[in-house]
Amino acid sequence: MRKISLDKINQLFAEISSKSSLYIPVDTAAGAKFEKYDGTKTMSDALNTVRSAKDFFFPQTENMVDFKVEGKNIEIVEPVNEYEDFVVFGVRACDVKSFEILDRVFLADPVDNFYKNRREHGIIVSMACTKPAETCFCGTFGIDAASPAGDIVCHKTDDTLYLDAKTEKGAQLLDSLNALTEETDSSAVDAQKAKTAEIMKKLPLAGLDASAFGADKTMEFFNAPEWKELSEACLGCGTCTFVCPTCQCYDIKDFSTGHEVKRFRCWDSCMYSDFTRMAHGNIRNSQLERFRQRFMHKLVYYPTNNEGIFGCVGCGRCLAKCPINMNIVKVMKKLGGNK
Amino acid sequence: MMNDPHIPVIGVVTDIRIDTPDVKTFRVVTPDGKKAFDHMPGQCAMLSIPGVGEAMFSITSSPTNTEFMEFSIKKCGCLTQWLHAMEVGQQITIRGPYGNAFPVDTEFAGKDMLFIAGGIGLAPLRSVINYCRHYRDRYGKIDIVYGSRSMEDLVDYKEIIDEWVKDDGIDVHLTIDREQPEWTGHVGFVPNYVKELGFDTNKTAILCGPPIMIKFTLAGLQELGFDKTQVYTTMELRMKCGVGKCGRCNIGPKYVCKDGPVFRCDQVDELPDEY
Repeated sequence: MRKISLDKINQLFAEISSKSSLYIPVDTAAGAKFEKYDGTKTMSDALNTVRSAKDFFFPQTENMVDFKVEGKNIEIVEPVNEYEDFVVFGVRACDVKSFEILDRVFLADPVDNFYKNRREHGIIVSMACTKPAETCFCGTFGIDAASPAGDIVCHKTDDTLYLDAKTEKGAQLLDSLNALTEETDSSAVDAQKAKTAEIMKKLPLAGLDASAFGADKTMEFFNAPEWKELSEACLGCGTCTFVCPTCQCYDIKDFSTGHEVKRFRCWDSCMYSDFTRMAHGNIRNSQLERFRQRFMHKLVYYPTNNEGIFGCVGCGRCLAKCPINMNIVKVMKKLGGNK
Repeated sequence: MMNDPHIPVIGVVTDIRIDTPDVKTFRVVTPDGKKAFDHMPGQCAMLSIPGVGEAMFSITSSPTNTEFMEFSIKKCGCLTQWLHAMEVGQQITIRGPYGNAFPVDTEFAGKDMLFIAGGIGLAPLRSVINYCRHYRDRYGKIDIVYGSRSMEDLVDYKEIIDEWVKDDGIDVHLTIDREQPEWTGHVGFVPNYVKELGFDTNKTAILCGPPIMIKFTLAGLQELGFDKTQVYTTMELRMKCGVGKCGRCNIGPKYVCKDGPVFRCDQVDELPDEY
């Protein structure tokens, strides 16, 4: 484990950003967000960014292929995507876990090469939480906010940043920063972890239990009468899906520029009526059906297809952002018998 | 080249057959005149007109056709409207094959086959039927029940009359919904006709057609004594990626594009009623 005084964190950022792009969470008028480090920015102390970190690997819009159409002929032009090497600094434990959940979709056969390329070019430097919020429930899904995964794991105390490499990629990066950091033992970090664990225990959602849900429980929950009440006020705005670190549904659209057609993918939402609409009709005509799809996917369908792993990381963004204050926690409490 | 599953190749439409007032069959090859890829009966391909859209279509030609692929497409939405407006020589894009296939070489081997189709539902079955005809000695007796609204709406009528009915060991039972002066065959809906014909239950049945037809035909087959494990169908939902990632064609935990489109009817029972 290495450490560096927080006074020198900008030197650390400068060193990293001299070799590859570096993104750090910064405070903006619209809340914390990841921005490219340019020597002037300072790292946000916010618990989490407003948008999740999924953009780094699964951007909101992405050009996949272009077509030149001339008369009856089509020419396929594959865009030259130059994938930059980048380091994303300060990712929280929940968001790091979300990458594993996305990996299981995008890296499953056949591999999505757009995602894979970004994944291979990115180094994740995570940041342990010390002040989890009332909306946090990562513990429900077995995530320890004080011990995130990542290529390098950071712990921040009042005056020091501790860095611990967890992967080959992380070790290489950390080694390259040796001139700025010094070797240390883990006692300060261990003390901090113990302190955070105490805070975690007292969080309002600490007792939230997901064990009622999981693989192969489709029929148990699909026809539950509670969906009606739960979904009644849902506006279908899709905010929950856009701030969600694990929502990965996308649309593929063509855009004609006049002299060529650009085919791109963009985030889509199962909360929208168009999502499943076909020429002959729609299988999910009501908001109840769309609402149910989202939560069944996170709590039952995804675990069914992925060895019981849930499709939620408990980051709490949807709790904070839903305009009608409906969220996965309420769904779990109502359907899962949680108090 | 990125070699990503979302990126298609060029297909050239070399022949357009007008099947019915709203169904055309398109023959597609690559620009150098070859088949774009191999497939198994029941699998699908994503066809697109850049700038208009992309959608999943079942490959109606048999894998035993080594020269080209065919798609029978009903005009019913935006993209299909454009496809119907195409002329021979038009290039489109194609990618695939997608989905599982009918278990033609395993569960179907050695069985008597009963194909039941309604309207454009014949399109995915034609691939299996012609596969079974090609490898005729691998299968027992073949019965085909096919119905449409009218005589004009029978897809592949020429191939049925010129080829299928002439084959040994194949019985073709056609029906149309309402009487027509020039029609001498059976009149009535497919589910009733299947019950009237009263097949013995020592068969594997494959169903494809409008949801309402599937529902009543399946019930009819069960009345005749068929078990759901003997009945297969093929499903269709909205798709974008074709490879189980974009998240929209699921029925419960199953993605129709990847885990389907072919399902055995007892497997469908294990899924929520959302299709």
